[in-house]
Amino acid sequence: MCGIAGLIHKGKSSNVGGEMTAMLQALKHRGPDSTGYAVYGEADDGDYIMRLKVAEAEDMNRGRGIHQVLDERIAAVEAILEENGAKVKSKDRVRPYALRYVISHDGDTGEMAEHIEETEGVEILSLGNGLELIKDLGDAADVAGAYGLNDFTGTHGIGHTRMATESDVDIKSAHPYWAFPYNDVSVVHNGQITNYWIMRREMERKGHRFMSNCDSELLAVYTAHNLANGVSLEDSLRRSIKEIDGVFTYLVCTKDQLGMAKDTMAAKPLVLYESDDLIAMASEEVAIRAILPHEIDTTDPYDEEVRVWQA
Amino acid sequence: MASVTDAELKEMTQEERVKALGMTTEQLTGKSLYIEFDPDAEERFTYPWAPDVDFNKRTELDCDGLTTTEVNAKVRDLMNEGYGTVVLQNPRGMHSLGVGILNKLNLIIEGSTGYFAVGLIDGPNVRINGRVGWSCGENMMSGTVMIEKNAGSTFGAAMRGGDLVCRGSVGSRTGIDQKGGTIIVGGDTGALSGFMMQRGRMVVCGNAGKNLGDSMYDGTIYVGGEIKSLGVDAVTAELTDLDKAWLTRKLKQYGMMPDKGVDHFTKVVAGKMLWNYDNLEPNEKKLIL
Repeated sequence: MCGIAGLIHKGKSSNVGGEMTAMLQALKHRGPDSTGYAVYGEADDGDYIMRLKVAEAEDMNRGRGIHQVLDERIAAVEAILEENGAKVKSKDRVRPYALRYVISHDGDTGEMAEHIEETEGVEILSLGNGLELIKDLGDAADVAGAYGLNDFTGTHGIGHTRMATESDVDIKSAHPYWAFPYNDVSVVHNGQITNYWIMRREMERKGHRFMSNCDSELLAVYTAHNLANGVSLEDSLRRSIKEIDGVFTYLVCTKDQLGMAKDTMAAKPLVLYESDDLIAMASEEVAIRAILPHEIDTTDPYDEEVRVWQA
Repeated sequence: MASVTDAELKEMTQEERVKALGMTTEQLTGKSLYIEFDPDAEERFTYPWAPDVDFNKRTELDCDGLTTTEVNAKVRDLMNEGYGTVVLQNPRGMHSLGVGILNKLNLIIEGSTGYFAVGLIDGPNVRINGRVGWSCGENMMSGTVMIEKNAGSTFGAAMRGGDLVCRGSVGSRTGIDQKGGTIIVGGDTGALSGFMMQRGRMVVCGNAGKNLGDSMYDGTIYVGGEIKSLGVDAVTAELTDLDKAWLTRKLKQYGMMPDKGVDHFTKVVAGKMLWNYDNLEPNEKKLIL
């Protein structure tokens, strides 16, 4: 079933980490397997924030030797950063297998990201000037507590509570997905994509990489491909309705935008609240009401509806 | 069918073929309207089998901090105590509020609800001063439900009786599998509204999305605005004086009568040309399909 949520504050920052946690916790019943956030703050002086995992959560049960393996992987990542001229300004090992780096870098971050992911067991969850993508097993309260998200200040974000149907219960199949290697773009999705393998092979022929067998990852790769080829976010969302088969509602964030698209059958839910300074949306109204307890007016976007909002 | 040869069938148009093979081609014009609606009958708002509760005995229930199960159980307790008017405060998008109420009751919900609000009800008069999520009034059997704001998709799915009214706009698949009763929408409705509708009536004062009335078996849909497209086997029919009288009564009843009256409404019914209406043997079907 899965639950998705998104919010964007116009022209101001807010506690989007806490707000997203409240929304996702209200959607826990739609997907208890894993929870993910893509929240957008502001890095200092054009620095990059890189979130990555060096193992799956379940790998930590594989004996004492795993810690040495993880240390070796982290050392390999840092060596690649250095080789690519990136300077590590801060490093936070949030969990044994999850790290957050703030780096300064003048070169091609895409090329550097590809080098880093050549390290076995390493996946970059996000890379960008504003995006911080966090996902792990458990509900929103668990993940927010472990990663310190309740105080995160930013302008916008999207989140996801996952009920695994198409692939495993693990971090690599959890949402959101970063649109590798396109900085600051993330996607969450509720639905099933029925031409996944056809589209995946097409994207792979064009040189894109997939880290999981989750159909939702296709939307991130597809969006990245379009944006890299100069297509606007709104046009990419519109194209997806024609080119991607299945039932889906998905949300996309860029550094300063939040977009939504609903498939031609309008088979997956989305409730939308719009005001002058805040846009909030979720699979169910109960999630929006978790941050707006007073009475509000909401609508259901229709089939093939595409919307994009600016922060 | 022996009088028609295969060679003759091949020469015919599709329409001639189905007629020659005895398929039903009668275009219905809202049969259920003629069966169920008597313009001279008295208006009726309550049901004779509803238990006797006192509408003047009123109480409020704050949903804050309660689960859906606790709220619904409390409403039943209040009815058993003779309360005929129950006001639910602070619903804040809770799912499944007021489901399965089989009694006469004035239920007022002061705010918005989530999925499956007041489904499977038989008798209560409900006013929701907010929005409702997906599947409001699903399988409702009788009573009236009045929603002041918008509604989600599958509004009135499989409903069998009563009046389900939304002043605002509703989502997609409104009245899917509707088996009776009346759905009234003050604004627009989304795609595939009236999908597989079987009986009953749907009134949409605004616009209707694509594939309206797709695969409907029977029933009648009235649309005051634009119809993006008709679904398979849905056809327009003449808006009769009886239709206009019924529309006028229903829309006036809920204070939703358009300024320009009802003459501009488009009436949509089942064309009854789909395979499931024919009486052909499998081999004959293969020949024409």
